[in-house]
Amino acid sequence: MVPLSYYLVLSGILFGCGVLGFLIKRNIITIFMSIELMLNGVNLSFVAFAAQWHALSGQIFVFFVMVVAAAEAAVGLAIIIAVYRTRETLNVDQVNLLKL
Amino acid sequence: MLHLILFLFFGTLCVAGAVNLLAHTHPINSALSLIVVMASLAGEYLLLGAEFVAAIQVIVYAGAIMVLFIFVIMLLNAGAEEHSGGSRIAILLGIPGAVIGFVLVAWTVLFHANTVSVPIGAEHGGPTEIARLLFGPFLLPFEITSVLILIAIMGAVVLASKPEAIAKRQPHPVSSETHELAGAGKGR
Repeated sequence: MVPLSYYLVLSGILFGCGVLGFLIKRNIITIFMSIELMLNGVNLSFVAFAAQWHALSGQIFVFFVMVVAAAEAAVGLAIIIAVYRTRETLNVDQVNLLKL
Repeated sequence: MLHLILFLFFGTLCVAGAVNLLAHTHPINSALSLIVVMASLAGEYLLLGAEFVAAIQVIVYAGAIMVLFIFVIMLLNAGAEEHSGGSRIAILLGIPGAVIGFVLVAWTVLFHANTVSVPIGAEHGGPTEIARLLFGPFLLPFEITSVLILIAIMGAVVLASKPEAIAKRQPHPVSSETHELAGAGKGR
Protein backbone atom coordinates (compact mmCIF):
# COMPACT_ATOMS: atom_id res chain seq x y z
CA MET A 1 0.00 0.00 0.00
CA VAL A 2 1.45 3.32 -1.09
CA PRO A 3 -0.11 6.46 0.41
CA LEU A 4 -1.88 8.75 -2.01
CA SER A 5 0.29 11.67 -0.96
CA TYR A 6 3.41 9.96 -2.37
CA TYR A 7 1.82 9.93 -5.81
CA LEU A 8 0.76 13.55 -5.39
CA VAL A 9 4.28 14.59 -4.40
CA LEU A 10 5.70 12.78 -7.44
CA SER A 11 3.13 14.53 -9.61
CA GLY A 12 4.11 17.84 -8.01
CA ILE A 13 7.78 17.20 -8.72
CA LEU A 14 7.00 16.47 -12.37
CA PHE A 15 4.82 19.56 -12.67
CA GLY A 16 7.53 21.68 -10.99
CA CYS A 17 10.17 20.35 -13.38
CA GLY A 18 7.84 21.23 -16.25
CA VAL A 19 7.33 24.78 -14.99
CA LEU A 20 11.06 25.17 -14.43
CA GLY A 21 11.86 23.96 -17.94
CA PHE A 22 9.20 26.24 -19.39
CA LEU A 23 10.81 29.22 -17.64
CA ILE A 24 14.53 28.59 -18.07
CA LYS A 25 14.77 26.81 -21.42
CA ARG A 26 15.44 28.86 -24.53
CA ASN A 27 14.87 26.27 -27.23
CA ILE A 28 11.26 26.34 -28.42
CA ILE A 29 11.10 22.54 -28.81
CA THR A 30 12.38 21.98 -25.26
CA ILE A 31 9.79 24.46 -23.95
CA PHE A 32 7.15 22.43 -25.75
CA MET A 33 8.46 19.24 -24.14
CA SER A 34 8.24 20.92 -20.71
CA ILE A 35 4.54 21.49 -21.37
CA GLU A 36 4.14 17.77 -22.07
CA LEU A 37 5.93 17.08 -18.78
CA MET A 38 3.40 19.27 -16.94
CA LEU A 39 0.52 17.41 -18.61
CA ASN A 40 2.05 14.11 -17.50
CA GLY A 41 2.31 15.31 -13.91
CA VAL A 42 -1.37 16.24 -13.91
CA ASN A 43 -2.26 12.88 -15.48
CA LEU A 44 -0.51 11.06 -12.64
CA SER A 45 -2.55 12.90 -10.03
CA PHE A 46 -5.75 12.13 -12.00
CA VAL A 47 -4.99 8.40 -12.00
CA ALA A 48 -3.97 8.44 -8.33
CA PHE A 49 -7.25 10.09 -7.33
CA ALA A 50 -9.20 7.69 -9.55
CA ALA A 51 -7.60 4.75 -7.71
CA GLN A 52 -8.22 6.46 -4.39
CA TRP A 53 -11.95 7.02 -4.86
CA HIS A 54 -12.62 3.90 -6.98
CA ALA A 55 -14.02 6.17 -9.69
CA LEU A 56 -13.04 5.58 -13.30
CA SER A 57 -13.86 9.16 -14.34
CA GLY A 58 -10.28 10.15 -13.54
CA GLN A 59 -8.95 7.69 -16.09
CA ILE A 60 -11.44 8.97 -18.67
CA PHE A 61 -10.11 12.48 -18.05
CA VAL A 62 -6.58 11.20 -18.58
CA PHE A 63 -7.74 9.77 -21.90
CA PHE A 64 -9.11 13.17 -22.96
CA VAL A 65 -5.96 14.96 -21.75
CA MET A 66 -3.90 12.62 -23.93
CA VAL A 67 -6.10 13.29 -26.96
CA VAL A 68 -5.79 17.04 -26.47
CA ALA A 69 -2.03 16.68 -25.95
CA ALA A 70 -1.71 14.76 -29.21
CA ALA A 71 -3.67 17.42 -31.10
CA GLU A 72 -1.65 20.14 -29.41
CA ALA A 73 1.63 18.43 -30.29
CA ALA A 74 0.65 18.11 -33.96
CA VAL A 75 -0.41 21.75 -34.31
CA GLY A 76 2.39 23.09 -32.11
CA LEU A 77 5.13 21.28 -34.00
CA ALA A 78 3.64 22.51 -37.27
CA ILE A 79 3.81 26.05 -35.89
CA ILE A 80 7.44 25.45 -34.85
CA ILE A 81 8.25 24.32 -38.40
CA ALA A 82 6.56 27.44 -39.80
CA VAL A 83 8.48 29.68 -37.35
CA TYR A 84 11.76 28.01 -38.25
CA ARG A 85 11.05 28.44 -41.94
CA THR A 86 10.62 32.20 -41.62
CA ARG A 87 13.10 33.03 -38.79
CA GLU A 88 15.80 30.39 -39.28
CA THR A 89 16.09 30.06 -35.49
CA LEU A 90 14.57 28.08 -32.63
CA ASN A 91 15.68 30.47 -29.87
CA VAL A 92 12.66 32.15 -28.32
CA ASP A 93 14.71 35.23 -27.46
CA GLN A 94 15.15 35.90 -31.16
CA VAL A 95 11.51 35.31 -32.03
CA ASN A 96 10.21 38.64 -30.80
CA LEU A 97 8.40 40.13 -33.78
CA LEU A 98 4.83 39.37 -34.75
CA LYS A 99 5.48 40.23 -38.38
CA LEU A 100 8.72 40.12 -40.32
CA MET B 1 6.35 -3.60 0.56
CA LEU B 2 6.95 -4.69 -3.01
CA HIS B 3 4.59 -1.98 -4.21
CA LEU B 4 6.49 0.64 -2.28
CA ILE B 5 9.81 -0.56 -3.75
CA LEU B 6 8.35 -0.52 -7.27
CA PHE B 7 6.85 2.92 -6.66
CA LEU B 8 10.19 4.26 -5.48
CA PHE B 9 12.00 2.63 -8.44
CA PHE B 10 9.68 4.09 -11.07
CA GLY B 11 9.44 7.40 -9.23
CA THR B 12 13.22 7.77 -9.05
CA LEU B 13 13.49 6.93 -12.74
CA CYS B 14 10.79 9.49 -13.47
CA VAL B 15 12.40 12.31 -11.49
CA ALA B 16 15.84 11.46 -12.89
CA GLY B 17 14.44 11.73 -16.41
CA ALA B 18 12.76 15.05 -15.64
CA VAL B 19 15.96 16.50 -14.13
CA ASN B 20 17.94 15.18 -17.09
CA LEU B 21 15.51 16.95 -19.41
CA LEU B 22 16.31 20.22 -17.64
CA ALA B 23 20.06 19.62 -17.42
CA HIS B 24 20.77 18.92 -21.08
CA THR B 25 21.01 21.73 -23.59
CA HIS B 26 20.59 19.63 -26.72
CA PRO B 27 16.91 18.99 -27.54
CA ILE B 28 17.46 15.38 -28.66
CA ASN B 29 18.80 14.50 -25.19
CA SER B 30 15.81 16.21 -23.61
CA ALA B 31 13.44 14.27 -25.88
CA LEU B 32 15.02 10.93 -24.98
CA SER B 33 14.82 11.68 -21.26
CA LEU B 34 11.17 12.66 -21.73
CA ILE B 35 10.60 9.16 -23.17
CA VAL B 36 12.15 7.71 -19.99
CA VAL B 37 9.77 9.84 -17.89
CA MET B 38 6.73 8.67 -19.85
CA ALA B 39 7.70 5.00 -19.79
CA SER B 40 8.25 5.04 -16.03
CA LEU B 41 4.95 6.87 -15.59
CA ALA B 42 3.32 3.94 -17.39
CA GLY B 43 4.81 1.73 -14.68
CA GLU B 44 3.26 3.96 -12.03
CA TYR B 45 -0.12 3.67 -13.74
CA LEU B 46 0.20 -0.13 -13.70
CA LEU B 47 0.91 0.06 -9.96
CA LEU B 48 -2.29 2.10 -9.56
CA GLY B 49 -4.28 -0.60 -11.36
CA ALA B 50 -4.91 1.46 -14.52
CA GLU B 51 -3.86 -0.98 -17.23
CA PHE B 52 -5.65 0.79 -20.06
CA VAL B 53 -4.11 4.16 -19.25
CA ALA B 54 -0.67 2.55 -18.95
CA ALA B 55 -0.99 0.98 -22.40
CA ILE B 56 -2.25 4.24 -23.90
CA GLN B 57 0.58 6.11 -22.19
CA VAL B 58 3.18 3.90 -23.88
CA ILE B 59 1.47 3.82 -27.28
CA VAL B 60 0.31 7.43 -27.62
CA TYR B 61 2.73 9.42 -25.46
CA ALA B 62 5.99 7.50 -25.56
CA GLY B 63 5.23 6.28 -29.06
CA ALA B 64 3.33 8.69 -31.28
CA ILE B 65 3.89 12.08 -29.68
CA MET B 66 7.59 11.57 -28.97
CA VAL B 67 8.19 10.27 -32.48
CA LEU B 68 6.66 13.53 -33.71
CA PHE B 69 9.00 15.50 -31.45
CA ILE B 70 12.13 13.62 -32.52
CA PHE B 71 11.05 13.85 -36.15
CA VAL B 72 10.79 17.64 -35.89
CA ILE B 73 14.09 17.94 -34.01
CA MET B 74 15.85 15.99 -36.74
CA LEU B 75 13.97 17.75 -39.56
CA LEU B 76 14.99 21.19 -38.27
CA ASN B 77 18.50 19.99 -37.38
CA ALA B 78 18.16 21.66 -33.98
CA GLY B 79 21.46 22.29 -32.25
CA ALA B 80 22.30 23.07 -28.64
CA GLU B 81 20.50 26.09 -27.26
CA GLU B 82 22.40 29.32 -26.81
CA HIS B 83 21.85 31.51 -23.79
CA SER B 84 21.41 35.24 -23.86
CA GLY B 85 20.87 38.01 -21.30
CA GLY B 86 17.19 37.29 -20.80
CA SER B 87 17.80 33.67 -19.94
CA ARG B 88 19.88 34.56 -16.88
CA ILE B 89 16.97 36.53 -15.46
CA ALA B 90 14.70 33.58 -16.23
CA ILE B 91 17.01 31.24 -14.29
CA LEU B 92 17.30 33.66 -11.36
CA LEU B 93 13.54 34.07 -11.09
CA GLY B 94 12.43 30.67 -12.36
CA ILE B 95 14.33 28.28 -10.08
CA PRO B 96 13.25 29.89 -6.76
CA GLY B 97 9.70 30.30 -8.04
CA ALA B 98 9.37 26.68 -9.11
CA VAL B 99 10.98 25.43 -5.86
CA ILE B 100 8.62 27.55 -3.75
CA GLY B 101 5.63 26.30 -5.72
CA PHE B 102 6.68 22.68 -5.33
CA VAL B 103 7.35 23.04 -1.59
CA LEU B 104 3.91 24.60 -1.10
CA VAL B 105 2.19 21.75 -2.96
CA ALA B 106 4.20 19.04 -1.16
CA TRP B 107 3.65 20.66 2.24
CA THR B 108 -0.07 20.89 1.64
CA VAL B 109 -0.58 17.31 0.48
CA LEU B 110 1.78 15.80 3.06
CA PHE B 111 0.67 17.59 6.20
CA HIS B 112 -2.77 18.99 5.53
CA ALA B 113 -4.51 16.05 3.91
CA ASN B 114 -5.70 12.92 5.62
CA THR B 115 -3.33 10.53 3.88
CA VAL B 116 -5.23 7.36 3.12
CA SER B 117 -3.41 4.46 1.51
CA VAL B 118 -4.20 3.72 -2.11
CA PRO B 119 -5.61 0.24 -2.62
CA ILE B 120 -3.35 -1.30 -5.22
CA GLY B 121 -4.47 -3.65 -7.95
CA ALA B 122 -8.18 -3.22 -7.36
CA GLU B 123 -8.78 -4.37 -10.97
CA HIS B 124 -11.05 -1.61 -12.08
CA GLY B 125 -9.11 0.05 -14.87
CA GLY B 126 -9.54 -2.50 -17.63
CA PRO B 127 -10.61 -1.69 -21.19
CA THR B 128 -14.13 -3.06 -20.63
CA GLU B 129 -15.02 -0.66 -17.83
CA ILE B 130 -13.34 2.24 -19.62
CA ALA B 131 -15.25 1.52 -22.82
CA ARG B 132 -18.54 1.25 -20.92
CA LEU B 133 -17.96 4.75 -19.54
CA LEU B 134 -16.51 6.20 -22.73
CA PHE B 135 -19.40 5.08 -24.95
CA GLY B 136 -22.02 5.74 -22.30
CA PRO B 137 -21.96 8.93 -20.24
CA PHE B 138 -18.92 10.35 -22.02
CA LEU B 139 -20.08 9.72 -25.58
CA LEU B 140 -20.52 13.38 -26.53
CA PRO B 141 -17.02 14.47 -25.37
CA PHE B 142 -15.61 11.41 -27.13
CA GLU B 143 -17.22 12.39 -30.43
CA ILE B 144 -16.12 16.00 -29.97
CA THR B 145 -12.51 14.87 -29.54
CA SER B 146 -12.72 13.13 -32.91
CA VAL B 147 -13.71 16.46 -34.49
CA LEU B 148 -10.86 18.11 -32.56
CA ILE B 149 -8.36 15.59 -33.92
CA LEU B 150 -9.64 16.14 -37.47
CA ILE B 151 -9.26 19.92 -37.11
CA ALA B 152 -5.78 19.46 -35.63
CA ILE B 153 -4.71 17.27 -38.55
CA MET B 154 -5.94 19.81 -41.09
CA GLY B 155 -4.31 22.65 -39.16
CA ALA B 156 -1.00 20.82 -38.96
CA VAL B 157 -1.03 20.10 -42.69
CA VAL B 158 -1.85 23.72 -43.57
CA LEU B 159 0.68 25.19 -41.14
CA ALA B 160 3.55 22.89 -41.99
CA SER B 161 3.15 22.94 -45.77
CA LYS B 162 5.32 25.32 -47.75
CA PRO B 163 3.73 28.67 -48.73
CA GLU B 164 4.24 27.95 -52.44
CA ALA B 165 2.35 24.71 -52.09
CA ILE B 166 -0.66 26.61 -50.78
CA ALA B 167 -0.36 29.24 -53.51
CA LYS B 168 -0.23 26.50 -56.10
CA ARG B 169 -3.54 25.08 -54.96
CA GLN B 170 -5.37 28.41 -55.40
CA PRO B 171 -7.58 28.32 -58.51
CA HIS B 172 -6.43 31.80 -59.60
CA PRO B 173 -5.98 32.71 -63.27
CA VAL B 174 -2.59 31.45 -64.32
CA SER B 175 0.16 34.03 -64.06
CA SER B 176 3.77 33.47 -65.02
CA GLU B 177 4.80 33.30 -61.35
CA THR B 178 2.42 30.50 -60.42
CA HIS B 179 3.50 28.68 -63.57
CA GLU B 180 7.07 28.70 -62.32
CA LEU B 181 6.04 27.54 -58.86
CA ALA B 182 3.91 24.79 -60.27
CA GLY B 183 6.83 23.66 -62.38
CA ALA B 184 9.07 23.67 -59.33
CA GLY B 185 6.48 21.69 -57.43
CA LYS B 186 6.36 19.09 -60.19
CA GLY B 187 10.13 18.87 -60.11
CA ARG B 188 10.10 17.83 -56.45
